[in-house]
Amino acid sequence: MTDTYARLVNQGLGRDLARKLGLPQPAELRRYRPGQPLIDGPVLVGGSGPGADGIAAALLSWGLDVRRHAVPREKLGGIVLVLDAVEAPVDLEQPVLAAAPSLRDLAPGGRVVTVSRVPGGTPSTAAARQGVDGLLRSLAKELRAGATGNGILLAEDISPTAPSALGALRFFLSGRSAFVDGQFVRVSSADGRMPDDAGAPLAGKVAVVTGAARGIGAAIARTLHRDGATVVAVDVPAAGDHLAEVANGIRGTALQLDITRGDAGQRIVDHAVQRHGRLDVVVHNAGITRDKLLVNMDQSRWGSVIDVNITAQLRINEALLASEHFRSAPRIVSVASTSGIAGNRGQTNYAASKGGVMGMVRATAPLLAEYGGSINAVAPGFIETEMTARIPFATREIARRLNSLQQGGHPGDVAEAISFLAGDSAGGISGEVLRVCGQNLVGA
Amino acid sequence: MPMDGQPQPVRKAVVVGGNRIPFARTGGAYTKSSNQDMLTAALDGLIARFGLQEERIGEVAAGAVLKHSRDFNLTREAVLGSALSPETPAYDLQQACATGLETVLGLANKIRLGQLDSAIAGGVDSASDAPIAVSEGLREVLLDLSRAKTLPQRLQILARLRPKDLAPDAPNTGEPRTGLSMGEHQALTTAQWNISREAQDELALNSHRNLAAAYEAGFFDDLLTPYRGLTRDSNLRPDTSPEKLASLKPVFGRNLGSEATMTAGNSTPLTDGASTVLLASEEWADGHDLPKLATVLDGEAAAVDFVHGKDGLLMAPVFAVPRLLARNGLTLDDIDYFEIHEAFAGTVLSTLAAWEDDKFGRERLGLDGAFGKVDRSKLNVNGSSLAAGHPFAATGGRIVATLAKMLHEKGTTGGRPALGLVSVCAAGGQGVVALLEAYSEGTTPGDIHD
Repeated sequence: MTDTYARLVNQGLGRDLARKLGLPQPAELRRYRPGQPLIDGPVLVGGSGPGADGIAAALLSWGLDVRRHAVPREKLGGIVLVLDAVEAPVDLEQPVLAAAPSLRDLAPGGRVVTVSRVPGGTPSTAAARQGVDGLLRSLAKELRAGATGNGILLAEDISPTAPSALGALRFFLSGRSAFVDGQFVRVSSADGRMPDDAGAPLAGKVAVVTGAARGIGAAIARTLHRDGATVVAVDVPAAGDHLAEVANGIRGTALQLDITRGDAGQRIVDHAVQRHGRLDVVVHNAGITRDKLLVNMDQSRWGSVIDVNITAQLRINEALLASEHFRSAPRIVSVASTSGIAGNRGQTNYAASKGGVMGMVRATAPLLAEYGGSINAVAPGFIETEMTARIPFATREIARRLNSLQQGGHPGDVAEAISFLAGDSAGGISGEVLRVCGQNLVGA
Repeated sequence: MPMDGQPQPVRKAVVVGGNRIPFARTGGAYTKSSNQDMLTAALDGLIARFGLQEERIGEVAAGAVLKHSRDFNLTREAVLGSALSPETPAYDLQQACATGLETVLGLANKIRLGQLDSAIAGGVDSASDAPIAVSEGLREVLLDLSRAKTLPQRLQILARLRPKDLAPDAPNTGEPRTGLSMGEHQALTTAQWNISREAQDELALNSHRNLAAAYEAGFFDDLLTPYRGLTRDSNLRPDTSPEKLASLKPVFGRNLGSEATMTAGNSTPLTDGASTVLLASEEWADGHDLPKLATVLDGEAAAVDFVHGKDGLLMAPVFAVPRLLARNGLTLDDIDYFEIHEAFAGTVLSTLAAWEDDKFGRERLGLDGAFGKVDRSKLNVNGSSLAAGHPFAATGGRIVATLAKMLHEKGTTGGRPALGLVSVCAAGGQGVVALLEAYSEGTTPGDIHD
């Protein structure tokens, strides 16, 4: 699971050699560790108007060092481009070009975040807003040294300082978003609130994680626990020994359960409520792959993937929506996949199931809104797991480098995005798919 | 605190749940696992299921029948290696195959008396990793040698060694006072009660079918945690058939004159495994938001004089159960589930035959006639040792956790909580039996049977 190449080109002779030969030089990413500052160095807030002023004030209230104008040759932790008021494509020029020279001063692991509005309004406004999309995605590909660029899209009547706009901004600036690059997150309501303790944003919450015995699921369970949640770790009975290890490591409870059982949703609710008194978050992570070219696909490969990866989630969600115990700002986060967006040879069944997850998420969002709840998906790209370690060497090496950060993500990177979406600060974000792929070159 | 020296009123001891690792035939998946490894794994699964990490449990009691001398503190060492608080005390107990059930009864009694609020009972055994001792001759020489002071003394002691002293002393399951193996003892009893080969094979078949069906239904999903690649008991043969069982050659009782009926199919194999049961007071279970599946009502031990042939080696439960039920004002007809440990199919069938025998009832049990008949549809309904295997000290925990869940699912029957009876025979002519009841609020032990 270790990326030997990345280690090699990050030190001594290997670094010099890679530079001379023009080989990819994946940087060590700035990842969140409890207790570390939100971001190292000052943050430049570009753009003008009430939106930019409000965001600058918010950053100041977080104790950050804020600049409204660039100081030449001063290293910057991040650049926030507030473009919420653009009405014509020409409006982009001034704020964008004013901030442009500062990209040179962006520190390793730096962050660029745009704040703009969901395309709409007059043709001219829509053009300007949609322009931000192309701008940000291209800019993210220009950044180096583990720096990333992401954007926040505000719905028409949402303020740039709405709770989830600030929540997303905090997430993007922090080390929690290390492997999220070139992505937008849409804030559609003013719901949500900033946590009392930024170090424990999930304090007091009870979270269920399926497929928690190993890999990404185990990382999600550990991350939610680190962020303050009490975790119910769920996996099939056959994985019970690994599951027990995970649960014992995070003072959670292990629930051995086949999620394809008809009563799985009810059993999840019962366990959470009986043992922990409540249920706030459900993370649908359990998934399987049964790869085969479609021409050679059989019923069992197709059927089992659809059953585990999407039908089980739909059935469990039905039980959750019917339960009176899942009505207090509940959160559902599903693990999708970039395969479901861009497609992947040999994965018609898997991609159908993961595409299904994204469809389900969009359609379920309105059903949860009534309870102040949200549902979102996270779509991982190439993540270093036991599963991807089994991919043949050459294929793996290519898959790993085919993104702006030129490396695979860690299971913890996916977990960070899920923890963010499970928190109170993401209450205004629902029906979204957030990619954790290092801006993979394939797909949207 | 009882300052006036008055005994405290007895309170309920409840079974919260259990956990075991799948049982493995000896020489299989757990060949390289020690008793301590297996018991620790069973504990950790229990801890994960019930969220007991860092919890100081009142007491943990477990034991092993085949035990290395280095494992003098087996249970405490397993606790220290587990996720429990290191401030959890523990002790070892050993009563042959009744070890596991006796840990349940002993700890339940401490809970009932208010000495403990929580406890974990358990047992483990490995016939794969069995201790092998040096011969008695070599042992004496080595001990004398350690006491010798001069070289001539040492040489003199060493000269006592004979080649036969170098042969190791492997463990066996033979009875020290008769020299007969357990199987040969049971063969005598099986023949005495005229238990047919067909009846034994049928019982074995039911055990496999019942256990397999329970696995299929997901019954063990919250009773078992996989270990070393095993997710089910490796002895389980879901596809066994009357024909297959009938084709096996008898292995015990071949020199008795009568037809030999006991085969590898209707006898338990040597097995490795471990089991645990979480016990608690109602208050502790409630305070920890944990379920209360069943109440441990009562227990009884018995022993028989098998040495002089008065009774069969494994027939002690035949005497223990009538005493237990009489004390509680119950008959066999009141029991909803019977868990009679299948050391051999012949053991279970001889037990049932003795209870149905009019003469035995009058002469040996002191009753007016036969003790009674066990409704076979209530017997070992989720399988027992013939299918699951029998790691001696782990069997009691397996049965108690299984029965507690069955009683909980049954709930009440005929307006009263469902009742379950456990019967475990053991080496040395011993037997321990216990009475469990589906948990129900309000009643106190004994109330409902007056």
